Amino acid sequence: MHELAIAQSIFDTVIREKRARDLDAVDKVGLRIGVLSDVLPDALTFSFDVICQDSELGGCRLDIESVPLTLTCNKCGLSSTTDQVTFLCPSCGDPSVRVDGGFELDIAYIEVPDPLSTDAALQRPAPAES
Amino acid sequence: MAEKIEVKKKVLSENDRLAADIRTSLKEREIVALNFVSSPGSGKTSLLERTLEALGSELRIAMIAGDVQTENDADRLVRAGGERVKPLVTGGSCHLDARMITGVLSDMDIEDVELLIIENVGNLVCPSGFDLGEDMKVVLISTTEGDDKPLKYPAMFRRSSVMVINKVDLLGTSDFDVETVRRNALSINPDLKIFEVSCRSGFGLDAWYAWLRELVSERTPAALVES
Ligand SMILES: Nc1nc2c(ncn2[C@@H]2O[C@H](COP(=O)(O)OP(=O)(O)O)[C@@H](O)[C@H]2O)c(=O)[nH]1
Ligand SMILES: [Mg+2]
Ligand SMILES: [Zn+2]
Repeated sequence: MHELAIAQSIFDTVIREKRARDLDAVDKVGLRIGVLSDVLPDALTFSFDVICQDSELGGCRLDIESVPLTLTCNKCGLSSTTDQVTFLCPSCGDPSVRVDGGFELDIAYIEVPDPLSTDAALQRPAPAES
Repeated sequence: MAEKIEVKKKVLSENDRLAADIRTSLKEREIVALNFVSSPGSGKTSLLERTLEALGSELRIAMIAGDVQTENDADRLVRAGGERVKPLVTGGSCHLDARMITGVLSDMDIEDVELLIIENVGNLVCPSGFDLGEDMKVVLISTTEGDDKPLKYPAMFRRSSVMVINKVDLLGTSDFDVETVRRNALSINPDLKIFEVSCRSGFGLDAWYAWLRELVSERTPAALVES
């Protein structure tokens, strides 16, 4: 269950981004997860929900994009993409391939709610009178 | 409309950063670092015990014994003659991470160490993405496990540089086939260096020790030339 540790890293990173950019709220986090990253999306989503509860990211959702394995053959040069976990060139069958994609565990984007339609905006206190 | 803000950050960037610091500080001291990974019970601690018994007086070896709950493995390594052994109890975490290693190294005297071996938590999934600053991962598989393990845990076998097939004294008592496991592992990672050993009978261990000696000696001359 390393998904809990990974969810915590995502949470920490998003909080840092949110504060650095002075955002009121973040309601979605886009992830790119390679087929070789050994992360279970359901377990990750569950862990993330638990961590976000009662925090300034309460209600924030994950949008997980699965990234296929991308190989470049060292022999014939073919670049190929597969959802299977195989390290053989589909063209010449050679096992000597470079992995160009599939190990990703990246935060691609964060999404900020529409300022006019969110609860966060409605509940925001009016600016203090000066 | 909701607004999307591009971030493009690695989730484990903080761990990667700490691991890079560890790698730099080990390199400065010319320390070779290995990260041992396997399922529980494949024989990581046993191989480290044999290694200490055989090389402990010849090489300056430090070990960090990761475990979820106990310090038993570290105690075994001390009994095997280890002079620089630290337990690393994760208290539940299924993998070691770079922060834990930084913490242990900070109260370890590694100045003159030549070889650092980290025994990770017994698990072929969770530790694979967490860089500890090692030079290479060594993955163990024993003959009492399935010979299709490399296919079931491809990320770990792809990220490892060495595979040790342990418990060959038990070959023939199960369906485990050495040729099959070699073929499966090499289909995931054709660059794997493979050893076949028995920590019980001692079979194959001389080749393992010779490789470790070579690994260490390839390191140190660079320091001598430089200074
Ligand atoms: N028959 C046999 N048993 C072994 C061998 N190596 C280790 N064992 C046994 O396997 C069990 C698990 O070994 P251990 O080193 O604790 O594995 P670890 O969990 O990977 O650290 C112990 O009971 C060892 O005595 C071997 O080469 N042959
Ligand atoms: Mg052990
Ligand atoms: Zn090819």
